[in-house]
Amino acid sequence: MTSVTSPPRGGTAGAEAHGGPGAAEPGGPEAEGALQEAFDAAVAADERIEPRDWMPDAYRSTLIRQIAQHAHSEIIGMQPEANWITRAPSLRRKAILMAKVQDEAGHGLYLYGAAETLGASREELLDKLHDGRQKYSSIFNYPTLTWADVGAIGWLVDGAAITNQVPLCRCSYGPYARAMVRICKEESFHQRQGYELLLALARGTEAQCAMAQDAVDRWWWPSLMMFGPPDDESAHSAQSMAWKIKRHSNDELRQRFVDICVPQAEALGLTLPDPDLRWNEERGHWDFGAIDWEEFRQVLKGNGPCNEQRLRRRRTAHENGAWVREAAAAHAAKHAARSAS
Amino acid sequence: MTATAPQSLATLPLGDDALILSQRLGEWAGHAPVLEEEVALANIALDLLGQARALYAGLSDVLGSEDEIAYLREERAFRNCQLVEQPNGDFAHTIVRQLFFSAYQQPLYARLAPVLPLAAKAVRETAYHRDHAEQWTVRLGDGTEESHARTQRAADALWRYTDELFEPIEGLEVEWQELAEEWKADIREVFGRAGLTVPQGPGKDAWAAGAGRQGLHTEPFGRLLAEMQHLHRSHPGATW
Amino acid sequence: MSADWPLWEVFVRSRRGLSHTHAGSLHAPDAQMALRNARDLFTRRSEGVSLWVVPSSEITASSPDEKDPFFEPAADKAYRHPTFYEVPEGVRNL
Repeated sequence: MTSVTSPPRGGTAGAEAHGGPGAAEPGGPEAEGALQEAFDAAVAADERIEPRDWMPDAYRSTLIRQIAQHAHSEIIGMQPEANWITRAPSLRRKAILMAKVQDEAGHGLYLYGAAETLGASREELLDKLHDGRQKYSSIFNYPTLTWADVGAIGWLVDGAAITNQVPLCRCSYGPYARAMVRICKEESFHQRQGYELLLALARGTEAQCAMAQDAVDRWWWPSLMMFGPPDDESAHSAQSMAWKIKRHSNDELRQRFVDICVPQAEALGLTLPDPDLRWNEERGHWDFGAIDWEEFRQVLKGNGPCNEQRLRRRRTAHENGAWVREAAAAHAAKHAARSAS
Repeated sequence: MTATAPQSLATLPLGDDALILSQRLGEWAGHAPVLEEEVALANIALDLLGQARALYAGLSDVLGSEDEIAYLREERAFRNCQLVEQPNGDFAHTIVRQLFFSAYQQPLYARLAPVLPLAAKAVRETAYHRDHAEQWTVRLGDGTEESHARTQRAADALWRYTDELFEPIEGLEVEWQELAEEWKADIREVFGRAGLTVPQGPGKDAWAAGAGRQGLHTEPFGRLLAEMQHLHRSHPGATW
Repeated sequence: MSADWPLWEVFVRSRRGLSHTHAGSLHAPDAQMALRNARDLFTRRSEGVSLWVVPSSEITASSPDEKDPFFEPAADKAYRHPTFYEVPEGVRNL
């Protein structure tokens, strides 16, 4: 597969143009200008860009980076929750958790599929994840220490993810938007099960209640960091907003999330670990305390509690699976040869 | 063919088989050889967990709630066969275990369908599990030298746990001998397509013959239960 | 031996009476496995009654650009669409 910025051209492949975006050959600077105009007009008119449309190289590479990072997050994000599947304290909870972790694998697959319509192969994207050239959401570098963490992830981490993702259902790139519609629909149960899990703990024994509060204390701030750096420091935001890949700013979404969570925490009878949290009548929003961006940068740099562990486990699974993938490919090749002869 | 409904505790071994195998498959989450297989293994694990819960529900008058049955029994009270408690090993090991078990469970449930409502539903699920295991066995057996060797090794290692499957379960009216012969013929057929050799050794040893059904298990089972039950038992009487 | 599995496009008939619709793509070593993976991935909430899988490389698309003259002749035949016709107020079930 060729590199992201100069995708393979032409070919007949694909309803979704897999393996070659096949944009129209630009016939020189003039034609390029016309194509750019058509692209800009489509985005401005809120039309979807589809795989075989001409698109600026930077649009393509931004999308590949973002979709891949999103896919990687789903796959790495299986680990902290899978950590509790074998220990789930009731059969009902075990079934729910298993179905949720399975969904995450499925969502990763939808997203890799969307990235592949842009001319990137899954193999290449996984390689980039495995050798650290592409990132996944930093939130998954925090450990799940107790059962209540499964609830906190559902409520806060999935809640933040949904706040981020719902606007992506209207993203300008068709396959990404369609994948997000499917994902958002399926994820609606993820947040609820987390909330319900915490509610059961909060209404349970003293020990259970303490477990729930401890989990919320540990997951609250990292969840707020999921929206990314403040708007004035966000490197890619402006261009992504112009391309309608992104629909709202980081700070806007973060505020929306805080406003949603405060009454939900109250209903749980749990406190959010922020002494500066108070209603601001004038703004009509909840004010909240300063986020420790140094921690964010450290975790992003690879110094979080689980960075090394998460990536190593992912790599190991991939390496241990190599002989299986080879075997199936070898069988298919032999089979094709047999039926040909 | 079965004529009468199972007696009260007769379905406990079936429920335990399903729960324990589901627990083992759950360990694969995040480790599967390819993402598509994460989804497939989880589907099978979820089906099995659903079967266990339905079977336990039918026993609640005698044994209590599904969670009491799953979390509060000691090792010796579990009636699952030893095959399902065997550790996952590599993917070949897991697939051969799946093949051996699903080629037993599917025809067994088919026979029980007229008298056991759960079996009628589960027989479709188990047919899919069986198909999944067969497809993979053929690919791994036929694929590369390495995959062939791994799969043959797995078959040889797990073979000793297969006779137990056909030890009669008290209270289930099944022609066990006929079931065993059908199973052997089916395994021979799949192994033939996969280029694998059906192990020649005995399908049981002195210790394993029907032992799981009597509550005698292998060492890895104790650790499986410890992991599964620990949290539930640490908070007696709590609801989750 | 390359371990990369080819890409397949998946089409799902969500219920009887409807056509198969493109649902997405996946990787599989062969058609048999592609069908099974598609079942697990795209119909795990009973979204389908029938599946097609097609190797992505076997699809011929109309042309590189989706907004293309190929489709323009159809766009000017508005009378093919029900909204072309005016219906007097109060008339229902048309």
